[in-house]
Amino acid sequence: MDVPLTADDWGAIALTLKLATTTTVLLLLVATPLAWWLAHTRSAWRRPIGAMVSLPLVLPPTVLGFYLLVTLGPNGPVGQLMQSLGWGLLPFTFGGLVVGSVVYSLPFSVQPMQNAFEAMGRRPMEVAATLRASPWNAFFTVALPLARPGILTATVMTFAHTVGEFGVVLMLGGNIPNETRVASVQIYGHVDALQYAEAHWLSAGMVVFSFAVLWLLAWLNPRSARIVA
Amino acid sequence: MSAAVVRALSSSEPPLELRVRLPRASFVLDIDVRLPARGITVLLGASGSGKTSLLRCVAGLEQAANARVCIAGQVWQDSALGVNLPTWRRPLGYVFQEASLFDHLDVRGNLRFAHQRANRAVHSDLLALDQVIDLLGLAPLLARQTQDLSGGERQRVAIARALATQPELLLLDEPLASLDPARRQEVLPWLERLRDELQIPMLYVTHSVDEASRLADTLLVLDQGKVRAVGAAAEVLAQVDTPLSLGDEACALLAVRVAELDTRWHLARLDFAGGSLWLPDAGLALGTEVRLRVLARDVSVTTQEPAHTSIQNVLRCHVKAISDDAHPAQALVQLTCGDALLLARVTRRSAHSLGLRAGLPVWTQIKAMALARG
Repeated sequence: MDVPLTADDWGAIALTLKLATTTTVLLLLVATPLAWWLAHTRSAWRRPIGAMVSLPLVLPPTVLGFYLLVTLGPNGPVGQLMQSLGWGLLPFTFGGLVVGSVVYSLPFSVQPMQNAFEAMGRRPMEVAATLRASPWNAFFTVALPLARPGILTATVMTFAHTVGEFGVVLMLGGNIPNETRVASVQIYGHVDALQYAEAHWLSAGMVVFSFAVLWLLAWLNPRSARIVA
Repeated sequence: MSAAVVRALSSSEPPLELRVRLPRASFVLDIDVRLPARGITVLLGASGSGKTSLLRCVAGLEQAANARVCIAGQVWQDSALGVNLPTWRRPLGYVFQEASLFDHLDVRGNLRFAHQRANRAVHSDLLALDQVIDLLGLAPLLARQTQDLSGGERQRVAIARALATQPELLLLDEPLASLDPARRQEVLPWLERLRDELQIPMLYVTHSVDEASRLADTLLVLDQGKVRAVGAAAEVLAQVDTPLSLGDEACALLAVRVAELDTRWHLARLDFAGGSLWLPDAGLALGTEVRLRVLARDVSVTTQEPAHTSIQNVLRCHVKAISDDAHPAQALVQLTCGDALLLARVTRRSAHSLGLRAGLPVWTQIKAMALARG
């Protein structure tokens, strides 16, 4: 059988994987301390911040994309700051997509880790302290290993969710080949141009990929392979 | 402060100084004691009396605004001096009620976690890891996953892990409470072994008079966050003037020595300053020093020397004090026997008809007693 994928299609797939990988790595660095804070703080800010983190779960991606576009754009606060520093603007660049994806997938990495940290309770850290482990040392040698299933879930879900992103990308990145045109946008383009064969191949690929990811998750992590929220 | 504590304090080691003031939901924990820096001090009290809070304050897991914790001459915490070491800098071992093993590590990994971080700045290895493993009989368990251990085994691993940090003070928070009675009897001998073989002072929290009578050298009774009694275990247990409502468990401890073995009747004679007692031979060697626990309900009092009785153990005593017992029909009689103390539970009617009063010479008959310490 002839696979009718063009160089543009392959470029879109490569760009999608690059975006998902970058986003996942960045989000693990951001979400781990945030999830820890949400799981353990007694601050009055816990609920509002928790709700903020969950917003992308319920907002239409177009709303998210719209506000990101405004904020990062030439007249937005972040955009003006970027320009005054001589860094150029983020919208319609790969960097802009990464920022959008990090915001969009934030709850998918925070919530599984927060659940894992909450389920663990304070006891393991107390035990570690009585065994002479400093708080940092205890975090890396006790808390993170015990939260491993949650961290694994967060990693896989963040990656898969970013791969499936469409609305935010379209609003913030547009449709620039090898810069912002990811697989989901490419499918939209094919359908728009009535190229159904190409759309089928890419779409079926996404279905197989997503199924494989969820299966992998259930296999690695039998008890917590459930979509968050 | 009782004579025994003062005696212990006059020894060379600096005492354990604990001063804690911490408001809790229903009472204020308000403690100011000095305890001997040797043997086991049992913190005894009902649940909610503040025992665990006190232990957590000593460990720094709970922060009292006003506290002084001074162990072996080192100040761990002193609000007046502005000293407050975090838990991980205090050279202590802590055994929690639930073993709280790290499930991501096997038994060996749990022990190694503690041993790698051990308190080596102060000591060269006082207690090698092998020695700890040996002391708690863990060699056959080392490669096991923590989930595959029984409750008693988990608690033994937790105790070994606490010891592997080379602590200068071992804190145990009801280490047997989460175990069923059979498992409890399985772990107790290991605790007795620690007390006998290690030089590390221990604070042991429990609500069980049975555990206290088996383990305690010093006993501190807590009630509503306050110290109700503190001193040598035998003296505190036999006090009748403190509101130590032990109910059915009211008991006295006798320190005795195996003086004679009667092979024909399988009995052992146990001597103490106040007399001799015969007990079924438990296989103890001549000369062994043991502790007997005598429950108040197993002791009866007569004003005439009993004859023709099946009870073997009759002691000549003097009434020291009589006090109310939990039930209005009963009284608790404190007796002196040589320099030892005994408790007898009698009805108030018989106390009245016998004319019991302080100073009266009497005979006591002891129906049963148990070895509290081998």
